[in-house]
Order: sequence, then structure tokens, then C-alpha cells
Amino acid sequence: MSKSAILRSSIAKKYWMALTGLFLCTFLIGHLIGNLQLIFIHGEEGRRAFNEYAYFMQHNIFIKVLSYVTYISILFHAIDGLMLAVQNKKARPQKYAYNNAGANSSTASRQMALLGSIVLIFIVTHMVNFWAKMHFEHIPLHTYEVTLPQQTNPEMVYYTHNHSLIPIQVDKVVVVRDETNLYLENTDLKLGEGYKDLHSVVMAFFGQSKNGFVTNSLALWATILYVISMAVMAFHLWHGFASAFQSLGLRHKRYTPIIAVTGKLFAIVVPFLFAIIPVLIFIGYVK
Amino acid sequence: MASKTININLKIWRQKNANSKGSMETYKLDNVSTDSSFLEMLDQLNEQLVNERKEPIAFDHDCREGICGSCSLFINGEAHGPDRAVTTCQLHMRKFKDGETIYVEPWRAKAFPVIKDLVVDRSSFDRIQQAGGFVSVNTSGNTIDANAIPIGKAAADKAFEAATCIGCGACVASCVNASAMLFVSAKVSQLALLPQGKVEAQQRVLNMVKQMDEEGFGNCTNTGACAVECPKEISLENIARMNREYLKAMVSAE
Repeated sequence: MSKSAILRSSIAKKYWMALTGLFLCTFLIGHLIGNLQLIFIHGEEGRRAFNEYAYFMQHNIFIKVLSYVTYISILFHAIDGLMLAVQNKKARPQKYAYNNAGANSSTASRQMALLGSIVLIFIVTHMVNFWAKMHFEHIPLHTYEVTLPQQTNPEMVYYTHNHSLIPIQVDKVVVVRDETNLYLENTDLKLGEGYKDLHSVVMAFFGQSKNGFVTNSLALWATILYVISMAVMAFHLWHGFASAFQSLGLRHKRYTPIIAVTGKLFAIVVPFLFAIIPVLIFIGYVK
Repeated sequence: MASKTININLKIWRQKNANSKGSMETYKLDNVSTDSSFLEMLDQLNEQLVNERKEPIAFDHDCREGICGSCSLFINGEAHGPDRAVTTCQLHMRKFKDGETIYVEPWRAKAFPVIKDLVVDRSSFDRIQQAGGFVSVNTSGNTIDANAIPIGKAAADKAFEAATCIGCGACVASCVNASAMLFVSAKVSQLALLPQGKVEAQQRVLNMVKQMDEEGFGNCTNTGACAVECPKEISLENIARMNREYLKAMVSAE
């Protein structure tokens, strides 16, 4: 078995497309659950939950490893897919004068490269709008006062510093709002960090500005394009989900119908839930 | 039932030889019996062309009963026409309406170059078969009766279903990617399911897939068009089996 066959053979390419595709399906579920916080937790509590979640997603080592696997999967899926599309075009240099392809296959299944390319463009713009801002740009921090639990000693609060507990007088716990870190007033004792206010970035991007964020003047278009992109992704998944199992040779009289139904449900439910979030923000249901 | 006749318009691919550039030509054919087969209709058209001292249309045909896999026409946008589970020779003119315009084209694939008019060169399929579509049997006088080896009914049935593939190439013609996966998977499955074929199973699937890729067929994207258009209704199950066989061979073959 030559080593090149693992990448170049037509069937091996299918395995890679299937494996990266299915991994990206699990990524979608994780991403969706994170996003749904935007519409299920309202007000200041929602802002805090989402920003803490965003911070966790950026700093947790396990998530970090997963994120690199995700980047590689997207790149591999896209590059391999485009290479396949070019090869497949070459396999039929002369087109039919009349081809009634609708009689034997779904449009989605024949347009995977086109659908995938649109999804790829969406991913790039999406990463520019949110991921790059979160990683490389200066976003004002979301900071808040530390509220002390009433059950503990109301006089004192303990804060860990260099592995030792430092008692702090409650009346001195004045959290300073500064753009990067939180310090005890008039000391260099760092109490904590604020969270990059991604929640307000998202809200402003889809038309609800607050906390000093400027409203996106193209919020309507951002919402429309987001919804269209999710519809395109739905068609891509409509064929892709079940197709991945077939590519891996996972086919069985009993399980294949279940996989097919699951795939269609996945293709409808996941993009739908993604798409309603910007719509609900735009119309002001979520504030 | 009384026989009916229809008048039809035909748009047929004409190409002088492999090197010339072809084009779609229009023909009118009257009094076509709805009981005639599609190939008989083409015979009728050719008779008309000969009488007009024109070059008759070249098309592949042999048994004219759906078992040889010679006929290979892309009719009205579908391999072997609009009917299901039939070859072109089994397609009847009753499937068409009076006054209808019928498109007739050759299989379109880089690996199936046109030789003349509607005839394509399908020797790429032969080369795939030669790469592994066989079992090595000692024929030096001590041949073992194949029926002496017990084979489970389920496996025997599946192997037989795969073996009904006549290698016509409708799968390639229908596939948006001009992929030969259904053909190759039928040939791989037919042998991989039987004890006699298991001996060479790993090398077979690797060699046949390698040859398939070298012939310039496209990659399978599981559209399922092949199985719909296949005159022998070869199942996509065979492609899944080949994917499994290939994975096994890829990770374990020496």
C-alpha cells in the first residue's frame, strides 16, 4: 500500500471527507449550545453568562486543542472537497445537451461543492466578524462588582494570591473598572479580570446596541445573509450527514434508515436554531 | 391491444470519429410503432437515412434482451431512458408521446471516449476487471467443484445480485461526477462475498480502485443516481461494502 493512496485514492478521499464532515457536525452542536445562551438567558445575567463562556472557550486547554482540530478539519474538508470537485469536473469534459438529473438524485447531493463553497465563504466572514475580534482586537471588558455571599464572614473576604489566602476588608473591596484587569483600589493586588464583552459585540452586530457599542448599520443585511447561509448549510447537511456514513461503509438494513432520518432532522433543526438567534436579536426579542 | 404509431422528432449526437467534433442533429421519424423497442426505432431511422443516401447512425447493440450490456444510450437526459430497471433495448416506444422530441446522446465521460456517433469506448471497464475482477483457480486437472463449498444463502444471494451487473456503464453516464463506483463495487462485492473470492479480496479491491482512478473516472459523492438508473438495480450497498473492503485492505494489506 503506497502512502500516497491514503490521501490520493478516490475512496480514501471519501473517508477524509466523511470523518472531517462528521467531526464538524459535532462542532456545530457545541457551537449551537453556546449560541443558544444568547436567547435563553436574558439581560445582564445573559451578558455575564455568555462572556464568561466565551472566555472559557478561549482559555480552556481542552477546548483549545479541540479548536485546532476544528480549524484543521474545516481546511481539510474545504481543500479536499474543492480538489474533488475539480477532478470530478475533469471526469466529464463534454457535458450532456440534455440531462434530466432531477429524475435520479437530489439537487443538494449534486451541488455539494457549490453549497460547501458558500458555507466556506460564510465561515470566513463569520470568523472575521467574531472570532478575529475576540482573538486579536481590543474589545472593551465586561466587568462587574464582586458580590459577597452573605453566609460567610461579612467582614472579610479571602482572595488567593501567590498560593496564600489574603484577607481583605470588605469595605475595601472596591473593584476598579479598568480596561484590562481588576485591582483592589490603591493597591497592585490583582483581583481578577474582566471578560471581553463579546455579548455586546454580537448584539450590536445584529442591531441591538448597548453598553456603548455602536450599532452595525448593516445589521439587516448581516441578519439576512446569516439566515441564507444557514439555509445553504441545511442543504449541505441534508445530503452530507447520511452520505458520510455511506462513505465510511457504515450501512445496514436496520440502522441506515435511522441514520437517514437523523440526518434530515439534523439538517433542519441545527441550522434553524442557529438562524433564529440573529433574527430574535434583530427584531429586539433579545435585549 | 391494437398497435399505435407515433411521429417523433429526434435530436441525436453525430460524430464522425474519435477525433472529430460532433454535434446534435435533428431528425423526423414518422409511423413508429409504440410496440417497437428503442433500438428498433433507431433501425427504422437508419433505414430512412440509408434510403436518403445518408450515413446511418452508429450505436452499440448485441443481444437485444437486456443481458449483454452493449446498448448504451442517454435518452432524454437519463441513461437507458425514462424507464426503470431496463436497458435501452428493453425500452419501448410506448414510453414516448406522439410529437415528442427525444434527445439521444452517447455516455459522457472522459474514461468513455466517443468512437463514432453514439458508440463509446468502454475498454476502461475491461482494464478494471483485468486489474482484479477474477479468482485465481488451479486448472491443471484437479479443479475443485465450486458447489462443494457451502455458502450461506444470504451471502450467495447478495453475491448473485452484485453479479447481475452487465457492465453497461449507465452508472458512469448518470453520475454527476462520472464515477464508476457502482460498477467496481459490484465486481468487488460479487467476489468478496464468496469464499473463493476472499483469498484475494484485499489485493483485488486495492488494484481495482487504483485502476479505476487511473482511468480518469470521477469520485463518488453518494448522489445515488447510479443505482436509480442501473438496469440491473445494483444496490448502493455494494459501494458501502467496497468502502469497508478498501478500508480493511488499506490499513492491513502488506
